[in-house]
Amino acid sequence: MSLKTINCSPVFMPYMPKEYLDLINKGPFGKEMKLSQVGSVKELLEEHPMCEGCAMAYFIRMTLIAIPTPEHSVIVGTAGCGRLSLSQAAIPFVYGNYCDTNGVATGIKRGLALRFPEQHKDVIVMAGDGGLADIGFSQVMHSWFRKEKFATIMLDNEVYGNTGGQESGMTRKGEVVKMAPVGKQFEKIDMLSLARASGVAYIARLTITNPARIVNTIRKAILVAREIGPTYVQAYTSCNIEYTIPPEKVMDDARRVEQERYSFVEEMSDAAREYLEKVHNIK
Amino acid sequence: MLNTEKQSLGDKNGKTVASYRVLPGPEGLLPPAAACCGITLPLEGEGLVEGIIRSEQDTIEEMARQLLTRRNPTIFPGPLVLWAWKDGVTVKADCIMELANEIPGVRIIPMPDYRPIYPKIDPEAVINPCHPNLTIAHNKIEVCVFIGVHCHFANITLKMIRAGTNCYTITLCNEAGHEDSMASLPFCGTDKVEALTNAVRKLKAGGLRPYHADTPGIQLTVAQKAVAAGLKNGN
Ligand SMILES: Cc1ncc(C[n+]2csc(CCOP(=O)(O)OP(=O)(O)O)c2C)c(N)n1
Ligand code: SF4
Repeated sequence: MSLKTINCSPVFMPYMPKEYLDLINKGPFGKEMKLSQVGSVKELLEEHPMCEGCAMAYFIRMTLIAIPTPEHSVIVGTAGCGRLSLSQAAIPFVYGNYCDTNGVATGIKRGLALRFPEQHKDVIVMAGDGGLADIGFSQVMHSWFRKEKFATIMLDNEVYGNTGGQESGMTRKGEVVKMAPVGKQFEKIDMLSLARASGVAYIARLTITNPARIVNTIRKAILVAREIGPTYVQAYTSCNIEYTIPPEKVMDDARRVEQERYSFVEEMSDAAREYLEKVHNIK
Repeated sequence: MLNTEKQSLGDKNGKTVASYRVLPGPEGLLPPAAACCGITLPLEGEGLVEGIIRSEQDTIEEMARQLLTRRNPTIFPGPLVLWAWKDGVTVKADCIMELANEIPGVRIIPMPDYRPIYPKIDPEAVINPCHPNLTIAHNKIEVCVFIGVHCHFANITLKMIRAGTNCYTITLCNEAGHEDSMASLPFCGTDKVEALTNAVRKLKAGGLRPYHADTPGIQLTVAQKAVAAGLKNGN
Protein backbone atom coordinates (compact mmCIF):
# COMPACT_ATOMS: atom_id res chain seq x y z
CA MET A 1 0.00 0.00 0.00
CA SER A 2 1.12 3.49 -0.62
CA LEU A 3 -0.27 6.94 -1.26
CA LYS A 4 -2.37 5.42 -4.05
CA THR A 5 -5.44 5.68 -1.85
CA ILE A 6 -5.37 9.44 -2.25
CA ASN A 7 -4.71 9.47 -6.00
CA CYS A 8 -7.79 10.35 -7.98
CA SER A 9 -8.57 8.38 -11.15
CA PRO A 10 -7.52 10.99 -13.73
CA VAL A 11 -10.78 10.95 -15.70
CA PHE A 12 -12.75 11.90 -12.58
CA MET A 13 -10.55 14.85 -11.59
CA PRO A 14 -12.81 17.47 -13.28
CA TYR A 15 -15.73 16.29 -11.12
CA MET A 16 -13.97 16.17 -7.78
CA PRO A 17 -15.14 18.69 -5.16
CA LYS A 18 -12.71 21.43 -4.23
CA GLU A 19 -12.31 20.01 -0.74
CA TYR A 20 -10.90 16.76 -2.13
CA LEU A 21 -8.72 18.41 -4.74
CA ASP A 22 -7.21 20.43 -1.91
CA LEU A 23 -6.65 17.26 0.11
CA ILE A 24 -4.91 15.68 -2.87
CA ASN A 25 -2.80 18.71 -3.72
CA LYS A 26 -2.25 20.38 -0.37
CA GLY A 27 -3.16 17.74 2.20
CA PRO A 28 -0.89 16.31 4.88
CA PHE A 29 -0.58 12.89 3.29
CA GLY A 30 2.91 11.53 2.75
CA LYS A 31 4.55 14.27 4.77
CA GLU A 32 4.79 15.09 8.45
CA MET A 33 2.92 18.30 9.07
CA LYS A 34 4.37 21.09 11.16
CA LEU A 35 2.30 23.41 13.29
CA SER A 36 3.82 26.38 11.47
CA GLN A 37 2.25 25.12 8.24
CA VAL A 38 -1.29 25.62 9.50
CA GLY A 39 -2.97 28.04 7.15
CA SER A 40 -0.95 27.01 4.13
CA VAL A 41 -1.93 23.35 3.96
CA LYS A 42 -5.27 21.64 3.76
CA GLU A 43 -6.06 20.23 7.20
CA LEU A 44 -7.75 16.90 7.77
CA LEU A 45 -10.64 18.62 9.49
CA GLU A 46 -12.15 21.99 8.77
CA GLU A 47 -15.90 22.18 9.21
CA HIS A 48 -17.53 20.45 12.14
CA PRO A 49 -20.73 20.77 14.14
CA MET A 50 -19.24 21.10 17.66
CA CYS A 51 -20.19 24.08 19.84
CA GLU A 52 -18.69 27.48 19.23
CA GLY A 53 -15.46 27.87 21.16
CA CYS A 54 -15.35 24.24 22.24
CA ALA A 55 -11.91 23.43 23.65
CA MET A 56 -12.29 19.82 22.58
CA ALA A 57 -12.78 20.81 18.94
CA TYR A 58 -9.60 22.88 19.10
CA PHE A 59 -7.67 20.04 20.74
CA ILE A 60 -8.87 17.60 18.10
CA ARG A 61 -7.74 19.96 15.36
CA MET A 62 -4.24 20.08 16.91
CA THR A 63 -4.26 16.32 17.36
CA LEU A 64 -5.02 15.74 13.71
CA ILE A 65 -2.09 17.95 12.77
CA ALA A 66 0.12 15.80 14.99
CA ILE A 67 -0.67 12.45 13.38
CA PRO A 68 2.63 11.42 11.78
CA THR A 69 1.25 9.39 8.86
CA PRO A 70 -2.47 10.11 8.44
CA GLU A 71 -2.62 7.92 5.33
CA HIS A 72 -1.71 4.95 7.53
CA SER A 73 -3.77 5.81 10.60
CA VAL A 74 -7.16 4.84 11.94
CA ILE A 75 -9.02 6.68 14.68
CA VAL A 76 -11.38 4.80 16.96
CA GLY A 77 -13.95 6.80 18.89
CA THR A 78 -17.37 6.41 20.36
CA ALA A 79 -20.46 8.29 21.47
CA GLY A 80 -19.62 11.68 22.94
CA CYS A 81 -18.91 15.09 21.50
CA GLY A 82 -15.50 14.31 20.01
CA ARG A 83 -16.84 11.93 17.40
CA LEU A 84 -18.92 14.73 15.90
CA SER A 85 -15.78 16.17 14.39
CA LEU A 86 -13.57 13.07 14.33
CA SER A 87 -16.02 11.31 12.05
CA GLN A 88 -15.76 14.22 9.61
CA ALA A 89 -11.98 14.25 9.38
CA ALA A 90 -10.33 12.95 6.22
CA ILE A 91 -9.00 9.91 8.02
CA PRO A 92 -10.68 6.56 8.63
CA PHE A 93 -12.82 6.73 11.73
CA VAL A 94 -14.31 3.69 13.42
CA TYR A 95 -17.21 4.25 15.77
CA GLY A 96 -16.91 1.76 18.61
CA ASN A 97 -19.84 1.19 20.91
CA TYR A 98 -19.83 3.32 24.01
CA CYS A 99 -17.63 0.96 26.06
CA ASP A 100 -15.59 -1.01 23.60
CA THR A 101 -13.22 1.47 21.93
CA ASN A 102 -10.11 -0.25 23.26
CA GLY A 103 -11.35 -3.71 22.35
CA VAL A 104 -12.18 -2.52 18.84
CA ALA A 105 -8.81 -0.77 18.55
CA THR A 106 -7.09 -3.97 19.65
CA GLY A 107 -8.72 -5.92 16.85
CA ILE A 108 -8.01 -3.27 14.25
CA LYS A 109 -4.39 -2.88 15.28
CA ARG A 110 -3.74 -6.61 15.28
CA GLY A 111 -5.61 -7.12 12.02
CA LEU A 112 -3.69 -4.36 10.28
CA ALA A 113 -0.40 -5.76 11.55
CA LEU A 114 -1.26 -9.13 10.01
CA ARG A 115 -2.53 -7.67 6.76
CA PHE A 116 0.27 -5.14 6.27
CA PRO A 117 3.37 -6.61 7.90
CA GLU A 118 5.64 -4.28 5.92
CA GLN A 119 3.79 -1.08 6.75
CA HIS A 120 3.23 0.38 10.19
CA LYS A 121 -0.38 1.34 10.79
CA ASP A 122 -1.18 3.64 13.70
CA VAL A 123 -4.39 3.17 15.65
CA ILE A 124 -5.52 6.01 17.90
CA VAL A 125 -8.39 5.84 20.36
CA MET A 126 -9.87 9.25 21.06
CA ALA A 127 -12.92 9.49 23.29
CA GLY A 128 -14.42 11.31 26.23
CA ASP A 129 -13.79 10.81 29.91
CA GLY A 130 -17.13 9.02 30.22
CA GLY A 131 -16.29 6.76 27.32
CA LEU A 132 -12.85 5.81 28.63
CA ALA A 133 -12.95 6.13 32.42
CA ASP A 134 -16.52 4.98 33.06
CA ILE A 135 -18.26 2.63 30.69
CA GLY A 136 -15.15 1.79 28.64
CA PHE A 137 -12.95 1.56 31.70
CA SER A 138 -12.38 -2.18 31.81
CA GLN A 139 -11.51 -2.32 28.12
CA VAL A 140 -9.03 0.52 28.53
CA MET A 141 -7.39 -1.23 31.47
CA HIS A 142 -7.23 -4.59 29.76
CA SER A 143 -5.73 -3.13 26.61
CA TRP A 144 -3.03 -1.68 28.84
CA PHE A 145 -2.51 -4.95 30.71
CA ARG A 146 -2.17 -6.74 27.38
CA LYS A 147 0.29 -4.07 26.23
CA GLU A 148 -1.64 -3.36 23.04
CA LYS A 149 0.26 -1.04 20.76
CA PHE A 150 -2.04 1.89 20.25
CA ALA A 151 -2.52 5.34 21.75
CA THR A 152 -5.46 6.18 24.00
CA ILE A 153 -6.31 9.87 24.15
CA MET A 154 -8.86 11.00 26.68
CA LEU A 155 -10.82 14.17 25.86
CA ASP A 156 -11.37 15.03 29.50
CA ASN A 157 -14.07 17.66 29.82
CA GLU A 158 -14.94 16.30 33.26
CA VAL A 159 -18.57 15.71 32.33
CA TYR A 160 -20.87 13.86 29.93
CA GLY A 161 -21.10 16.79 27.57
CA ASN A 162 -22.93 15.17 24.71
CA THR A 163 -25.88 14.06 26.81
CA GLY A 164 -26.44 17.28 28.67
CA GLY A 165 -24.22 17.23 31.73
CA GLN A 166 -24.17 14.09 33.85
CA GLU A 167 -21.16 13.63 36.12
CA SER A 168 -18.43 11.21 35.10
CA GLY A 169 -15.76 9.45 37.09
CA MET A 170 -13.43 12.24 35.96
CA THR A 171 -15.65 15.01 37.35
CA ARG A 172 -14.07 16.56 40.42
CA LYS A 173 -15.41 15.84 43.88
CA GLY A 174 -18.08 18.31 44.94
CA GLU A 175 -18.73 19.57 41.41
CA VAL A 176 -22.40 20.18 40.57
CA VAL A 177 -23.12 19.78 36.88
CA LYS A 178 -26.37 20.40 35.09
CA MET A 179 -27.80 16.92 35.39
CA ALA A 180 -26.11 15.94 38.64
CA PRO A 181 -27.59 18.35 41.19
CA VAL A 182 -26.39 16.54 44.32
CA GLY A 183 -22.75 17.09 43.46
CA LYS A 184 -20.00 14.58 42.84
CA GLN A 185 -19.53 12.36 45.91
CA PHE A 186 -16.09 10.90 45.21
CA GLU A 187 -12.72 11.95 43.85
CA LYS A 188 -11.77 12.31 40.19
CA ILE A 189 -10.40 8.97 39.02
CA ASP A 190 -6.62 9.00 38.94
CA MET A 191 -6.15 7.55 35.47
CA LEU A 192 -2.50 8.59 35.33
CA SER A 193 -1.66 6.36 38.30
CA LEU A 194 -3.66 3.53 36.82
CA ALA A 195 -1.73 3.92 33.56
CA ARG A 196 1.53 3.90 35.50
CA ALA A 197 0.58 0.78 37.43
CA SER A 198 -0.38 -0.93 34.18
CA GLY A 199 3.02 -0.30 32.61
CA VAL A 200 1.86 2.14 29.96
CA ALA A 201 4.97 3.15 27.97
CA TYR A 202 4.19 6.85 27.56
CA ILE A 203 1.87 8.90 29.77
CA ALA A 204 1.04 12.58 29.42
CA ARG A 205 -1.39 15.08 30.86
CA LEU A 206 -1.94 18.48 29.35
CA THR A 207 -4.37 21.28 28.60
CA ILE A 208 -4.97 23.24 25.43
CA THR A 209 -2.86 26.26 26.35
CA ASN A 210 0.16 25.40 24.24
CA PRO A 211 -0.50 24.17 20.68
CA ALA A 212 3.12 23.13 20.04
CA ARG A 213 3.01 21.03 23.16
CA ILE A 214 -0.19 19.34 22.04
CA VAL A 215 1.33 18.46 18.68
CA ASN A 216 4.58 17.16 20.21
CA THR A 217 2.86 15.17 22.91
CA ILE A 218 0.39 13.49 20.61
CA ARG A 219 3.06 12.69 18.05
CA LYS A 220 5.23 11.06 20.70
CA ALA A 221 2.30 9.07 22.03
CA ILE A 222 1.48 7.75 18.57
CA LEU A 223 5.10 6.91 17.72
CA VAL A 224 5.79 5.13 21.00
CA ALA A 225 2.60 3.10 20.59
CA ARG A 226 3.77 2.09 17.13
CA GLU A 227 6.76 0.12 18.42
CA ILE A 228 7.00 0.06 22.20
CA GLY A 229 3.62 -0.34 23.90
CA PRO A 230 0.38 1.34 24.97
CA THR A 231 0.37 5.09 25.49
CA TYR A 232 -2.06 7.40 27.27
CA VAL A 233 -2.68 11.11 26.91
CA GLN A 234 -5.20 12.87 29.11
CA ALA A 235 -6.21 16.31 27.91
CA TYR A 236 -8.29 18.87 29.75
CA THR A 237 -10.73 20.00 27.09
CA SER A 238 -13.33 22.01 29.00
CA CYS A 239 -16.98 21.88 28.04
CA ASN A 240 -18.07 25.49 27.80
CA ILE A 241 -21.72 24.50 27.65
CA GLU A 242 -21.93 22.29 30.72
CA TYR A 243 -19.51 24.38 32.81
CA THR A 244 -20.93 27.66 31.48
CA ILE A 245 -17.65 29.06 30.20
CA PRO A 246 -18.15 31.82 27.60
CA PRO A 247 -16.29 30.89 24.37
CA GLU A 248 -13.90 33.83 24.70
CA LYS A 249 -12.93 32.69 28.21
CA VAL A 250 -12.12 29.09 27.28
CA MET A 251 -8.39 29.72 27.00
CA ASP A 252 -8.32 31.69 30.28
CA ASP A 253 -10.08 28.80 31.98
CA ALA A 254 -7.54 26.35 30.56
CA ARG A 255 -4.65 28.50 31.81
CA ARG A 256 -6.15 28.71 35.28
CA VAL A 257 -6.91 25.00 35.48
CA GLU A 258 -3.41 24.17 34.23
CA GLN A 259 -1.90 26.31 36.95
CA GLU A 260 -4.13 25.06 39.73
CA ARG A 261 -4.47 21.36 39.11
CA TYR A 262 -3.74 20.20 35.58
CA SER A 263 -0.04 20.88 35.10
CA PHE A 264 1.83 19.28 32.21
CA VAL A 265 2.95 15.74 33.01
CA GLU A 266 5.05 13.59 30.74
CA GLU A 267 6.50 10.22 31.70
CA MET A 268 7.91 7.45 29.58
CA SER A 269 9.71 4.17 29.90
CA ASP A 270 13.41 3.94 29.10
CA ALA A 271 12.59 1.93 26.00
CA ALA A 272 10.20 4.63 24.83
CA ARG A 273 12.76 7.39 25.42
CA GLU A 274 15.47 5.49 23.60
CA TYR A 275 13.15 4.74 20.70
CA LEU A 276 12.07 8.36 20.32
CA GLU A 277 15.68 9.56 20.45
CA LYS A 278 17.26 6.96 18.24
CA VAL A 279 14.59 6.32 15.64
CA HIS A 280 12.81 9.65 15.48
CA ASN A 281 15.43 12.02 16.78
CA ILE A 282 12.92 13.41 19.28
CA LYS A 283 14.26 14.46 22.66
CA MET B 1 -50.81 -3.41 -5.73
CA LEU B 2 -48.72 -0.94 -3.78
CA ASN B 3 -45.06 -1.78 -3.72
CA THR B 4 -45.12 -1.48 0.05
CA GLU B 5 -47.54 -4.38 0.40
CA LYS B 6 -45.71 -7.48 1.45
CA GLN B 7 -47.14 -10.67 0.01
CA SER B 8 -45.79 -13.91 -1.27
CA LEU B 9 -47.26 -15.69 -4.26
CA GLY B 10 -46.56 -19.26 -5.34
CA ASP B 11 -44.99 -19.82 -8.75
CA LYS B 12 -45.85 -22.85 -10.91
CA ASN B 13 -43.25 -24.98 -9.13
CA GLY B 14 -44.74 -24.14 -5.79
CA LYS B 15 -41.79 -21.87 -4.90
CA THR B 16 -42.80 -18.66 -3.21
CA VAL B 17 -42.12 -15.55 -5.22
CA ALA B 18 -42.11 -12.16 -3.60
CA SER B 19 -44.81 -9.81 -4.80
CA TYR B 20 -42.91 -6.80 -3.49
CA ARG B 21 -41.54 -4.65 -6.29
CA VAL B 22 -38.56 -2.35 -6.00
CA LEU B 23 -39.92 0.71 -7.76
CA PRO B 24 -39.01 4.39 -7.78
CA GLY B 25 -40.43 6.11 -4.69
CA PRO B 26 -41.11 8.14 -2.78
CA GLU B 27 -42.09 5.12 -0.74
CA GLY B 28 -42.22 7.01 2.54
CA LEU B 29 -40.06 6.94 5.61
CA LEU B 30 -38.32 3.63 6.33
CA PRO B 31 -39.15 1.43 3.35
CA PRO B 32 -38.47 -2.22 4.08
CA ALA B 33 -35.19 -3.75 2.97
CA ALA B 34 -36.10 -5.55 -0.25
CA ALA B 35 -34.38 -8.68 1.04
CA CYS B 36 -36.87 -8.78 3.93
CA CYS B 37 -39.68 -8.82 1.36
CA GLY B 38 -38.33 -11.92 -0.33
CA ILE B 39 -36.30 -10.29 -3.11
CA THR B 40 -33.21 -12.38 -3.78
CA LEU B 41 -29.93 -11.49 -5.41
CA PRO B 42 -29.12 -12.48 -9.00
CA LEU B 43 -26.39 -14.98 -9.78
CA GLU B 44 -23.55 -14.56 -12.25
CA GLY B 45 -25.08 -14.18 -15.70
CA GLU B 46 -28.29 -12.72 -14.27
CA GLY B 47 -29.52 -9.30 -13.28
CA LEU B 48 -32.28 -7.85 -11.14
CA VAL B 49 -34.94 -5.49 -12.44
CA GLU B 50 -37.43 -4.04 -9.97
CA GLY B 51 -37.01 -7.10 -7.76
CA ILE B 52 -37.35 -9.73 -10.46
CA ILE B 53 -34.42 -11.87 -11.59
CA ARG B 54 -33.83 -11.38 -15.30
CA SER B 55 -31.12 -12.37 -17.74
CA GLU B 56 -28.01 -10.25 -17.77
CA GLN B 57 -28.82 -9.05 -21.29
CA ASP B 58 -32.39 -8.02 -20.41
CA THR B 59 -31.13 -6.18 -17.36
CA ILE B 60 -28.52 -4.29 -19.35
CA GLU B 61 -31.09 -3.28 -21.96
CA GLU B 62 -33.50 -2.06 -19.30
CA MET B 63 -30.74 -0.03 -17.65
CA ALA B 64 -29.85 1.54 -20.99
CA ARG B 65 -33.49 2.44 -21.65
CA GLN B 66 -33.91 4.05 -18.24
CA LEU B 67 -30.70 6.04 -18.59
CA LEU B 68 -31.77 7.47 -21.91
CA THR B 69 -35.42 8.18 -21.17
CA ARG B 70 -35.45 9.66 -17.69
CA ARG B 71 -34.68 13.18 -16.62
CA ASN B 72 -31.24 14.29 -15.43
CA PRO B 73 -29.32 11.02 -15.59
CA THR B 74 -26.43 11.08 -13.16
CA ILE B 75 -23.52 8.77 -12.46
CA PHE B 76 -22.37 8.55 -8.84
CA PRO B 77 -18.86 7.07 -8.79
CA GLY B 78 -17.88 5.85 -5.33
CA PRO B 79 -14.49 5.59 -3.65
CA LEU B 80 -13.60 2.25 -5.20
CA VAL B 81 -13.44 3.82 -8.67
CA LEU B 82 -12.74 7.46 -7.83
CA TRP B 83 -9.47 6.70 -6.12
CA ALA B 84 -6.82 4.87 -8.13
CA TRP B 85 -6.00 2.70 -5.15
CA LYS B 86 -5.01 -0.44 -7.06
CA ASP B 87 -4.16 -1.60 -10.54
CA GLY B 88 -7.12 -1.75 -12.88
CA VAL B 89 -9.15 1.03 -11.28
CA THR B 90 -8.26 3.62 -13.88
CA VAL B 91 -9.27 1.20 -16.64
CA LYS B 92 -12.68 0.81 -15.05
CA ALA B 93 -12.89 4.58 -14.55
CA ASP B 94 -12.20 5.05 -18.26
CA CYS B 95 -15.02 2.60 -19.09
CA ILE B 96 -17.41 4.56 -16.88
CA MET B 97 -16.50 7.75 -18.72
CA GLU B 98 -17.13 6.01 -22.02
CA LEU B 99 -20.61 5.12 -20.77
CA ALA B 100 -21.14 8.71 -19.59
CA ASN B 101 -20.16 10.05 -22.98
CA GLU B 102 -23.01 8.10 -24.57
CA ILE B 103 -25.74 9.50 -22.30
CA PRO B 104 -26.81 13.00 -23.39
CA GLY B 105 -27.02 15.50 -20.54
CA VAL B 106 -25.49 13.15 -17.97
CA ARG B 107 -23.82 14.50 -14.87
CA ILE B 108 -21.12 12.95 -12.73
CA ILE B 109 -21.37 13.68 -9.03
CA PRO B 110 -18.87 11.81 -6.89
CA MET B 111 -19.20 10.09 -3.54
CA PRO B 112 -15.52 10.39 -2.55
CA ASP B 113 -15.94 8.83 0.90
CA TYR B 114 -18.52 8.13 3.57
CA ARG B 115 -17.88 10.94 6.03
CA PRO B 116 -21.12 12.30 7.44
CA ILE B 117 -20.74 15.79 6.02
CA TYR B 118 -22.32 18.26 8.48
CA PRO B 119 -23.47 20.93 8.95
CA LYS B 120 -24.10 21.24 5.22
CA ILE B 121 -23.25 19.55 1.95
CA ASP B 122 -23.02 21.13 -1.45
CA PRO B 123 -25.46 18.93 -3.39
CA GLU B 124 -23.93 19.96 -6.68
CA ALA B 125 -20.49 18.86 -5.59
CA VAL B 126 -21.04 15.57 -3.78
CA ILE B 127 -23.52 12.90 -2.89
CA ASN B 128 -23.24 11.74 0.70
CA PRO B 129 -24.38 8.29 1.84
CA CYS B 130 -25.90 9.74 4.99
CA HIS B 131 -28.30 11.98 3.07
CA PRO B 132 -28.20 11.07 -0.64
CA ASN B 133 -31.74 12.37 -1.09
CA LEU B 134 -30.46 15.96 -0.75
CA THR B 135 -28.30 15.66 -3.86
CA ILE B 136 -31.00 13.82 -5.78
CA ALA B 137 -33.78 16.23 -4.88
CA HIS B 138 -31.68 19.36 -5.43
CA ASN B 139 -30.56 18.25 -8.89
CA LYS B 140 -33.95 16.70 -9.80
CA ILE B 141 -32.23 13.44 -10.70
CA GLU B 142 -34.69 10.81 -11.93
CA VAL B 143 -32.21 8.10 -12.88
CA CYS B 144 -28.80 7.38 -11.45
CA VAL B 145 -26.00 4.84 -11.53
CA PHE B 146 -24.02 3.84 -8.47
CA ILE B 147 -20.67 2.27 -9.16
CA GLY B 148 -17.69 1.76 -6.87
CA VAL B 149 -19.59 2.25 -3.62
CA HIS B 150 -18.93 -0.29 -0.85
CA CYS B 151 -21.99 -2.51 -0.58
CA HIS B 152 -22.98 -1.75 3.02
CA PHE B 153 -23.09 1.98 2.29
CA ALA B 154 -24.83 1.44 -1.04
CA ASN B 155 -27.61 -0.49 0.69
CA ILE B 156 -28.32 2.31 3.16
CA THR B 157 -28.15 4.92 0.44
CA LEU B 158 -30.46 3.03 -1.91
CA LYS B 159 -33.13 2.66 0.74
CA MET B 160 -32.98 6.35 1.56
CA ILE B 161 -33.37 7.24 -2.09
CA ARG B 162 -36.35 4.91 -2.47
CA ALA B 163 -37.85 6.40 0.68
CA GLY B 164 -37.70 10.02 -0.32
CA THR B 165 -37.30 10.48 -4.07
CA ASN B 166 -38.66 9.34 -7.42
CA CYS B 167 -35.21 8.40 -8.70
CA TYR B 168 -34.66 5.15 -10.59
CA THR B 169 -31.52 3.60 -9.08
CA ILE B 170 -29.12 1.44 -11.06
CA THR B 171 -26.27 -0.41 -9.39
CA LEU B 172 -23.26 -1.73 -11.25
CA CYS B 173 -21.89 -3.83 -8.42
CA ASN B 174 -18.53 -5.54 -8.33
CA GLU B 175 -19.89 -8.02 -5.82
CA ALA B 176 -23.28 -9.73 -5.48
CA GLY B 177 -25.60 -6.90 -6.55
CA HIS B 178 -28.24 -4.91 -4.66
CA GLU B 179 -31.86 -5.86 -4.05
CA ASP B 180 -32.61 -2.31 -2.98
CA SER B 181 -31.89 -0.76 -6.35
CA MET B 182 -34.35 -0.82 -9.19
CA ALA B 183 -31.88 -2.46 -11.57
CA SER B 184 -28.74 -4.27 -10.52
CA LEU B 185 -25.91 -6.09 -12.24
CA PRO B 186 -23.73 -8.26 -10.02
CA PHE B 187 -20.04 -9.04 -10.57
CA CYS B 188 -19.88 -6.02 -12.83
CA GLY B 189 -16.39 -5.60 -14.22
CA THR B 190 -15.32 -3.54 -17.20
CA ASP B 191 -16.86 -6.03 -19.65
CA LYS B 192 -20.36 -5.44 -18.29
CA VAL B 193 -19.90 -1.66 -18.15
CA GLU B 194 -18.88 -1.86 -21.80
CA ALA B 195 -21.92 -4.02 -22.57
CA LEU B 196 -24.13 -1.33 -21.03
CA THR B 197 -22.40 1.36 -23.08
CA ASN B 198 -23.03 -0.70 -26.21
CA ALA B 199 -26.68 -1.19 -25.26
CA VAL B 200 -27.05 2.59 -24.92
CA ARG B 201 -25.45 3.06 -28.34
CA LYS B 202 -27.73 0.43 -29.87
CA LEU B 203 -30.90 2.01 -28.52
CA LYS B 204 -29.90 5.39 -29.90
CA ALA B 205 -28.96 3.85 -33.23
CA GLY B 206 -32.35 2.13 -33.23
CA GLY B 207 -34.06 5.52 -33.11
CA LEU B 208 -34.73 6.08 -29.42
CA ARG B 209 -34.67 9.81 -28.78
CA PRO B 210 -32.97 10.48 -25.45
CA TYR B 211 -34.71 12.70 -22.89
CA HIS B 212 -31.84 15.18 -23.15
CA ALA B 213 -31.22 14.75 -26.87
CA ASP B 214 -30.64 18.47 -27.22
CA THR B 215 -28.01 18.58 -24.48
CA PRO B 216 -25.17 16.47 -25.82
CA GLY B 217 -22.25 15.45 -23.66
CA ILE B 218 -21.53 15.45 -19.96
CA GLN B 219 -22.89 18.47 -18.08
CA LEU B 220 -20.93 20.11 -15.27
CA THR B 221 -22.90 21.29 -12.25
CA VAL B 222 -22.55 24.91 -11.17
CA ALA B 223 -20.23 23.83 -8.36
CA GLN B 224 -18.06 21.86 -10.77
CA LYS B 225 -17.90 24.80 -13.18
CA ALA B 226 -16.82 27.02 -10.31
CA VAL B 227 -14.04 24.61 -9.34
CA ALA B 228 -12.93 24.43 -12.97
CA ALA B 229 -12.80 28.23 -13.00
CA GLY B 230 -10.62 28.21 -9.88
CA LEU B 231 -13.32 29.36 -7.48
CA LYS B 232 -14.15 27.77 -4.14
CA ASN B 233 -17.58 26.38 -4.87
CA GLY B 234 -20.82 27.14 -6.53
CA ASN B 235 -23.19 28.25 -3.81
C1 LIG C 1 -23.88 2.01 25.83
C2 LIG C 1 -24.30 3.45 25.79
N1 LIG C 1 -24.74 4.05 26.92
C3 LIG C 1 -25.09 5.33 26.89
C4 LIG C 1 -25.00 6.06 25.73
C5 LIG C 1 -25.45 7.50 25.71
N2 LIG C 1 -24.34 8.42 25.65
C6 LIG C 1 -23.99 9.01 24.49
S1 LIG C 1 -22.76 10.13 24.67
C7 LIG C 1 -22.73 9.85 26.34
C8 LIG C 1 -21.82 10.61 27.26
C9 LIG C 1 -20.59 11.06 26.63
O1 LIG C 1 -19.73 11.55 27.64
P1 LIG C 1 -18.19 11.50 27.42
O2 LIG C 1 -17.75 10.15 27.02
O3 LIG C 1 -17.54 12.08 28.62
O4 LIG C 1 -17.97 12.44 26.15
P2 LIG C 1 -18.31 13.99 25.97
O5 LIG C 1 -19.62 14.06 25.27
O6 LIG C 1 -18.31 14.65 27.28
O7 LIG C 1 -17.20 14.46 25.11
C10 LIG C 1 -23.66 8.89 26.73
C11 LIG C 1 -23.90 8.43 28.10
C12 LIG C 1 -24.54 5.40 24.58
N3 LIG C 1 -24.40 6.04 23.41
N4 LIG C 1 -24.18 4.10 24.63
S1 SF4 D 1 -21.32 20.15 24.65
FE1 SF4 D 1 -19.35 20.81 25.49
S2 SF4 D 1 -17.81 19.29 24.84
FE2 SF4 D 1 -19.67 19.04 23.58
S3 SF4 D 1 -19.26 20.25 21.73
FE3 SF4 D 1 -20.39 21.57 23.15
S4 SF4 D 1 -18.80 22.65 24.34
FE4 SF4 D 1 -17.82 20.92 23.32
